[in-house]
Amino acid sequence: MNNTQEIEQEALTSKTGMWLFLFTELLLFGGLFIVYSVYRYQNSEAFHLAANELSVFIGTFNTIILLISSSTIAMSITAIQKKNKRLALLLLGATFLLGFIFLVNKYFEWGHHIKEHIYPGSYDLSLRGHGDILFYGLYYFMTGVHALHIIVGLGFIGIVTVRISKDKIHSGKFVLLENCGLYWHLVDLIWIFLFPLFYLIT
Amino acid sequence: MENNKDHIIPYQTLILVVTGLIVLTLISVSVTTIHLGALTVFIALLIAAVKSSFVLWIFMHLKFEGRLFRLGVTGVILLITSVIIITMLDYLFR
Amino acid sequence: MESSEMTIQTNHEEPSYLHHKGKYKGILSWILSTDHKRIGLLYLYSLLTMFATGATIGVLMKLELIAPGVTIVNAQTYNAFFTLHGIIMIFAVVIPGLPAVFGNFFLPIMIGAKDVAFPKINLLSWYFYVSGVALVLVSQFLGDRPPDTGWTFYAPYSFRTAGNMLPAVFGVFLLGFSSILTGLNFLVTIHRMRAPGMSWMKMPLFPWTLYATGWVQILATPIIGITFLMMAGERIFKIGFFDPALGGDPLLYQHLFWTYSHPAVYIMILPAMGAISEIIPTFCQKTAFGYKFIVASSIAIAFVGYFIWGHHMFTSGMSGASLFAFSLLTFLVAIPSAIKVFNWVSTMHKASIDLKTPFLWAVGFVFVFMIGGFSGLVLGSLTANIHLHNTHFVLAHFHFVLFGGTGYGFFAAMHYWYPKITGRMYDAGWANTGLVIFFIGYMTLYSTMFYLGMEGMPRRYFDYDPIFHTPNVYSSLGAIVMYMGLAIIIINLIASLKKGAKAPADPWGGKTLEWTIPSPPPAENFDQIPVVTKGPYQYE
Repeated sequence: MNNTQEIEQEALTSKTGMWLFLFTELLLFGGLFIVYSVYRYQNSEAFHLAANELSVFIGTFNTIILLISSSTIAMSITAIQKKNKRLALLLLGATFLLGFIFLVNKYFEWGHHIKEHIYPGSYDLSLRGHGDILFYGLYYFMTGVHALHIIVGLGFIGIVTVRISKDKIHSGKFVLLENCGLYWHLVDLIWIFLFPLFYLIT
Repeated sequence: MENNKDHIIPYQTLILVVTGLIVLTLISVSVTTIHLGALTVFIALLIAAVKSSFVLWIFMHLKFEGRLFRLGVTGVILLITSVIIITMLDYLFR
Repeated sequence: MESSEMTIQTNHEEPSYLHHKGKYKGILSWILSTDHKRIGLLYLYSLLTMFATGATIGVLMKLELIAPGVTIVNAQTYNAFFTLHGIIMIFAVVIPGLPAVFGNFFLPIMIGAKDVAFPKINLLSWYFYVSGVALVLVSQFLGDRPPDTGWTFYAPYSFRTAGNMLPAVFGVFLLGFSSILTGLNFLVTIHRMRAPGMSWMKMPLFPWTLYATGWVQILATPIIGITFLMMAGERIFKIGFFDPALGGDPLLYQHLFWTYSHPAVYIMILPAMGAISEIIPTFCQKTAFGYKFIVASSIAIAFVGYFIWGHHMFTSGMSGASLFAFSLLTFLVAIPSAIKVFNWVSTMHKASIDLKTPFLWAVGFVFVFMIGGFSGLVLGSLTANIHLHNTHFVLAHFHFVLFGGTGYGFFAAMHYWYPKITGRMYDAGWANTGLVIFFIGYMTLYSTMFYLGMEGMPRRYFDYDPIFHTPNVYSSLGAIVMYMGLAIIIINLIASLKKGAKAPADPWGGKTLEWTIPSPPPAENFDQIPVVTKGPYQYE
């Protein structure tokens, strides 16, 4: 087997491992969707009303940001394949920036609710009904776990960016970039479902 | 096995896909303003499923990967769905 | 080179993996090693240490139960004991079990590879194991008092108890990560690194069970991971998912917990069944009967096992629809297990049987696993379950399938592959003596529990009605005898490291790839990757 074939074989092995890891992430969030299903079923009216307190505008904006960031990282792979190192780095930078903006938005969204004393364990939340408590519990927990994954994703993008700039990732060997893309798309996928389940059930 | 070098997704395709995704997002938001009752959420989730399919198929390259990857993803989705349904058997019939 | 030939591949100059000189020296050459064989041994030492700890706690529990009232500890300490015993045995011994030790050591060799797909991640999985175990042990000594919820951490007690839950739960979380990484590694290894000519249906049965197990490891473990995170959220932030006062449902915790923990028992048993499937053909010098059925059963067990978790919750208050569905599905999972037993016994039929130690363990396995399996059917029946749930009957059931199943499978594998791993033969006389003493103690200890359960003695109680006294005495004495048998077995294996005769490459007449390389193997397993032309177990 020559060197190119070896790299291809290793790349396929690496990609297979990454997909299996993505499966574990799907199951991780799947557990949360189980909890959501149960409590939404038991408290449908309360969830419906509580969802009105979330900003559809910010939610939609964040959704679009993440979708665009998915496209930029996918384009960075095309760029690397076409040996356009500079474009790849720019696109990765854009992905990172968009992910960062998402987190900033989250910070303000959460901040708004926390300022109004609505957060898990808060006295004001405890005064409201069970449905509200569960809605906000799920909201903070699910978007929180999601945000943690975005932070990890940003770290991954950072590492890949450095490696590309050092030519350790290039058109002949770029599986690490692909895997980073896969992880980022997963984060996007989760949000594609979180968005309607929290913001659009009004 | 697949050689990624042969499958370079054109920038144009990716831009087209993301535009479609944004449009679908905006549609799902506007659907909620129309009062369709229980159907609203169903449609919103349906649109989410369509968006996910595009992300999986194009962005995540499933269209060009081996059959095993597609089988795996389908299997995992079916698994999560089954577990949710079986769990709901408890709550629906208490 | 054909897999059925027994020529030794390497030149005799090459040092074994035990003496291989790599980048590091001394202890560092072990704890920084990415050699799957060394990692397998690292797991073996850690596992045996944890097993000894968990077994000692178990014996202390039996000493407490030898008489009604306080015998050696009070109620709170007893609760901490059974919690720690469960956590250690389940998460640190039986779940890593055969995959971490024998899977790591032998999977690459049995499929003709030089190592697993991701050797560094393999080492990382061991680091997760060690840190998880450390946290669990540390939880005993920090905080107000040790965890006392049982290894099942049921809500709402788990978020109300003053017991030191968070380190223990986080420790188990890390152990779960270790399990996921092992499963992921094995799945990719099997998919991508089989030797040329080794099609799926030419792969031996132990790797097949590791494959089925790998899927369960990656698709079930994350659920308990997120459940523990939710429990931490409950304890720290009062998110309310499992607290009825906040609108949560404690039963949902049980659903989530068992959605992992039931498939987990198939992580525990499938590789043990795989080892038995290797041992029986070798000592019968006959090909495995119904190879395809054994493969299909392994996959079926993993698959069906995912949908039956509710049988742990029959008396919890679930809906009638759930009760019916879970009981029916539970009965289904017995079928592939039975198919395996039929195939093992059929392999032995009219065979020229060599009654060596591994085979004795394998026969013991079939015997005790069947008892455990039948008692599982009893528990799977809704009406019987009402009477038997949370009694000693349940304890007997799972100690028969887990200790009897995975435990005997582990000892069988240990005695089968010991010559290959160490390059020495152990003393068969002492091994068999230890086995017999162990078996007598084991049967006494656990069979009485079936009786005690049917008579109504609950589990997880440090005290009991005096009418249960006599059987408890037998049971506890059985524990002591069993412990002595274990000591003989383990001391024999340790002593034989120095005193045992040198082992040939193929002491038992096995036909799988590990018997074609020297005992112990060289660092890279094979001089050249073999080309496989036949299936395994070709004895004609």
